[in-house]
Amino acid sequence: MKVAFFTGCVSKGACPELYASAKAIAQPLGLELEELTEAPCTGAGVLSEQNPELADSLNGLTLAMAESKGADLMTICSTCQGVLSNHNYRLKTEAQRLGRVNATIGDQGYRYSGSTNVKHLLWMLFEDIGLDRVRAAITRKLTGLKIAPFYGCYILRPVEALGLRERPERKTYLEQLIALLGAEPVEYRGATKCCGFPMLTFNREASLAMGGKHIIEAKEKGADLLVTPCPLCHLNLDGQQPDAARVMKRKIDVPIFHLPQLLGLAFGLSPQELRLDRHVVPTAAALEKVELKV
Amino acid sequence: MQFTIEVGRYNPEGTYAPQAARVESYPPPWNASPPRHVQTYTVELPEHAVVLDALIAIREYQDESLAVRCACRSAICGSCAMWINGHANLACKSKLSEFTENGKTRVECPPSMPVIRDLIWDMGPFFAKHRNVRPWLEQKQPVPGPLEEYRVANESMEELIQEVSCISCGACLMDCESYAVNANFLGPQALAQAYRYAADPRDEITNERLRSYSESGGVWDCTHCYECVAQCPKNVAPLEQILKLRKMAVDAGFTNNAGTRHADAFANSVKHSGRLNELTLMPKSLGFNIVEQLRSIPSAINMMRAGKLPPLIHPVIPGIERIRTIFQRVGGRFK
Repeated sequence: MKVAFFTGCVSKGACPELYASAKAIAQPLGLELEELTEAPCTGAGVLSEQNPELADSLNGLTLAMAESKGADLMTICSTCQGVLSNHNYRLKTEAQRLGRVNATIGDQGYRYSGSTNVKHLLWMLFEDIGLDRVRAAITRKLTGLKIAPFYGCYILRPVEALGLRERPERKTYLEQLIALLGAEPVEYRGATKCCGFPMLTFNREASLAMGGKHIIEAKEKGADLLVTPCPLCHLNLDGQQPDAARVMKRKIDVPIFHLPQLLGLAFGLSPQELRLDRHVVPTAAALEKVELKV
Repeated sequence: MQFTIEVGRYNPEGTYAPQAARVESYPPPWNASPPRHVQTYTVELPEHAVVLDALIAIREYQDESLAVRCACRSAICGSCAMWINGHANLACKSKLSEFTENGKTRVECPPSMPVIRDLIWDMGPFFAKHRNVRPWLEQKQPVPGPLEEYRVANESMEELIQEVSCISCGACLMDCESYAVNANFLGPQALAQAYRYAADPRDEITNERLRSYSESGGVWDCTHCYECVAQCPKNVAPLEQILKLRKMAVDAGFTNNAGTRHADAFANSVKHSGRLNELTLMPKSLGFNIVEQLRSIPSAINMMRAGKLPPLIHPVIPGIERIRTIFQRVGGRFK
């Protein structure tokens, strides 16, 4: 299946392990990735808030690029998903806005007619690739691991733009997937909450406490690791975890896996191929439970 | 129909049980967040009954010690907001049949709220936040006499109808992620009302408002998680009003804050390279705040050690001219 692959900035920046692992699982899932190398950053909501028309135009351009490839746009980041979904929803429902975007980008070789679907890899597994295909690719069950899902706000809210009114089951995909891979999903409140990343630069202590308390809650419920479809959550939950531990005044030490890394493990790829050695919080203890070494 | 209700109770008979999975090491905004135990009741009610019907039935016929606050029973007085299955909602608006999970419905006060007893939380601090944003029109000109109307164009009010619908129930604050770790935050309800007055053409202290809303505890302390939008029973969409306030404040020149520097650094990076440059975003956002700059260094070192440092030379995406043209055309202050 061909998809227009939108990598997002973070998988090309501070989380190269996300990009590597997403590429590595494409083949077992039968995904043909056509990378949108000329697509700009979504603006992560920051540009939408300060200049909606600019953000409409940048994201309209990306949507038009996917449209010209005749494929759905696939994201690997909850934040990219949320921002692109939001702008797509508005451009599809407000003709005036779409007109303005096309007036801005029209002479740049692209025009958006409003037909692109924006789908996170997580949604594609269930809705396009199909669980049969996923099941067939599994060569190593992750039995024995207790895994806490961590969605990231923008793949869950706001519900209209993300199509969650029509497809409420999207709120349970991570838990379903964890079970499908042979592991046990951990039920805890933090799964759908905020990691704190958006306010890291504005209010560092509050941001770290926010992320920290969710990881601690998961740990108290027995989680060996958290899995997230959002690299921005990963930056706060993994990258800042030692500092969050300082704010929370306790040890945390819970590794955070990217969604494609978890899939890759179940598909028999090695921890090295999935760059599980490139984390701030060591992944070794969790991997040992499925008899693997980093 | 039979319904099972689990009620989080705050010390109704003087018996304490530690609450499960509470994070104690970081002080919640109200250290008063009380120990509580869970009591289970079974009630017989028609299928269309709401959560409040069940709570009143319990109080009337089973356990008169259960404390519940309610008045209108029609989602307009804002008295009965509580956590229902872990999210804020009005008890009078939530059908039991829709809020039964695994055969039961759980109601409680959220841990971030100061509890008076059982399901009654102290609304005092909530209203204090509301009062703090000066939720009234301030005019420097003499206002029209008592028999005259102060007329404004219809269109200018249409923009504010959404915020006027607020019934001050507190549902948004109950699920506010920022408030849960930062009691200083004004919160979604107060800030949505702040926007309602700041954007009212009759108000004459807009600049003063925007200055104060840009300070610590104001618009930049929101974490942008959309929980308030999801929980508001009246579709006020507080986050969207907070974002409008941010834009108003920046446009009015209140730019000496991390929020504005962050937006500027973000826009510059996208304009220059098409992508976000994570390496320079943090230091540029923090500006001359040396203490904060120093605080962010250990994390940067940790990430560097793990091989997670973004490339030192930030690559430019192919076709960057297209992006720069878009900025040139509609970039506004980011041109």
